[in-house]
Amino acid sequence: MSITKKDIIHVADLARLGLNDEETIKYEKELNDVLNFMEKLNELNTDDVEPTSHVLDIHNVFRSDVVEDSLDVEDVLANAPDRDEDYFKVPSIL
Amino acid sequence: MNNKYEVVIGLEVHVELKTATKIFCGCKTTFGGDPNTHVCPICLGLPGVLPVVNEKVVEYGVRTGLAINAKVPNYSKFDRKNYYYPDLTKNFQTSQFDLPICENGYLDIEVDGVVKRIGITRAHMEEDAGKLVHSGKTISSSNSSNVDYNRVGVPLLEIVSEPDIRSSEEAKAYVEALKMILTYIDVSDCKMEEGSIRADANVSIRLIGAKEFGTRTETKNLNSLKALQKAIEYEVERQTEVIEDGGVIEQETRTWDDEQGITLSMRSKADAHDYRYFPEPDLPPIILTDEYIDNIRRLLPELPEARKKRLIEMDSLSVYDANLVIAEKFLADFYDEVRKSIDDPKLIVNYLMGDYYRELVAVGLDFSSSPVSTKDFSELLKLLQEKTISGKIAKEIIPLMVKDGKSPKVIVEEKGLVQISDTGAIEAIIAEVVAANPKAVDDYKNGKGNSIGFLVGQVMKASKGKANPGIVNELLKSVLDK
Ligand SMILES: [Zn+2]
Repeated sequence: MSITKKDIIHVADLARLGLNDEETIKYEKELNDVLNFMEKLNELNTDDVEPTSHVLDIHNVFRSDVVEDSLDVEDVLANAPDRDEDYFKVPSIL
Repeated sequence: MNNKYEVVIGLEVHVELKTATKIFCGCKTTFGGDPNTHVCPICLGLPGVLPVVNEKVVEYGVRTGLAINAKVPNYSKFDRKNYYYPDLTKNFQTSQFDLPICENGYLDIEVDGVVKRIGITRAHMEEDAGKLVHSGKTISSSNSSNVDYNRVGVPLLEIVSEPDIRSSEEAKAYVEALKMILTYIDVSDCKMEEGSIRADANVSIRLIGAKEFGTRTETKNLNSLKALQKAIEYEVERQTEVIEDGGVIEQETRTWDDEQGITLSMRSKADAHDYRYFPEPDLPPIILTDEYIDNIRRLLPELPEARKKRLIEMDSLSVYDANLVIAEKFLADFYDEVRKSIDDPKLIVNYLMGDYYRELVAVGLDFSSSPVSTKDFSELLKLLQEKTISGKIAKEIIPLMVKDGKSPKVIVEEKGLVQISDTGAIEAIIAEVVAANPKAVDDYKNGKGNSIGFLVGQVMKASKGKANPGIVNELLKSVLDK
């Protein structure tokens, strides 16, 4: 499996990234390198290995349903690029 | 509708779970609140934070799964569903993809007396998104939106049905049955008006007898049963027209415009569903032991269907009455509690759904907000059974019970409403009434049997409604027939 220029443009579009031609070529090569490395890993025999979805061998990390303090609204909006009263203000989306 | 076609509907119902806090952080889930006041670094998706699963969400997920006859697997995990929209703080929604909390369930619904089984593919846990508020100007003219993130991270359970639903009536019955179960097992308030239960409807049509499904559209965010039904009906009509005109249905997401009563296309994008799910690295998997699952199963309350069956079989209630009683968990519990001391199921239902319900409606209350306790309600029925009061007096007492939550015994004593069954006292009143109404007495003697009704009424009136009507009737007859 290899990644084409079309895939790069598609993925960039999904991630809302605008890439120029130079960058497209660069990422096409880099992502293919990553995939080739995964291919290498695929050579390993994993017949006796349980599939996992998490890197650590832990499970059931839970918290109890107890209310904690939320942030002050001024702190919430401190890093907002733009605000309208106590709302985040964003470009309108249809 | 054109009856060449069969309608195929699948519903995705989003249910807000009634936890105190959000799914991955300790922010409160209370509805409303000033904008952006129920948020913290975790639900804002700030860098370096670590979400931790609320154990109640898992418990409620399992409880729901068991109540909808689903399998609860021992292993479950969260995934990231990636998409860009300003209602998300992280550019992904934490949800479940291939290993949800429950799978393969079903619900039985009833439409026009026919019972039908609707399959449930799965139910998965996920977080709610924020709310876009459009500023004062009209949406089209304003070039910005305001965002309130209070809802971000509120726990949801998305329950996905199989495409087994064949009409808007069945869709409504399915959501109603689901709502009833969810309130019985106490995992959600199911308040549609507050958005705590909302549905997406996948609708397609196909020629009757066709094997393949037609292309479907998905109408999002239907937040009332009426909108759900109307949107489905509109989609069926629209799709029929497109196909009859030789067109093709486009697979797309649509939105319901309640004002115009139509569904509208939401700018279909070819890659709209390219969510690139991958396992959520911040949340370790969930492993549920059989013991944990069985424990929750043991604690499940009696579900609506079982309850209905019991009321019909054990208490000999009619299907109609049983449906009334089970419609609300609060009412069903109220009935059961009263039933412990009153051995007359029909009497309980008659008063619950009759004079008592009418009074509640009249003063703008419902069963759960009424101050009348099961103890006082049972006491009222006991007074009736012992003939201490008549039905007529009960009618007078009920509004007073509803008004200030007083016990019927106290009301009876305070108002001197005890029924008069003392024959001497009643005979004295009868004598007065007979003397004052010679014409009615003559009418009766001349064969106009119905004039006795008038005389009974006069006696009841003279006794201020307190005379025992059975005894009045009996005594009056013997006086007149002398
Ligand atoms: Zn939070």
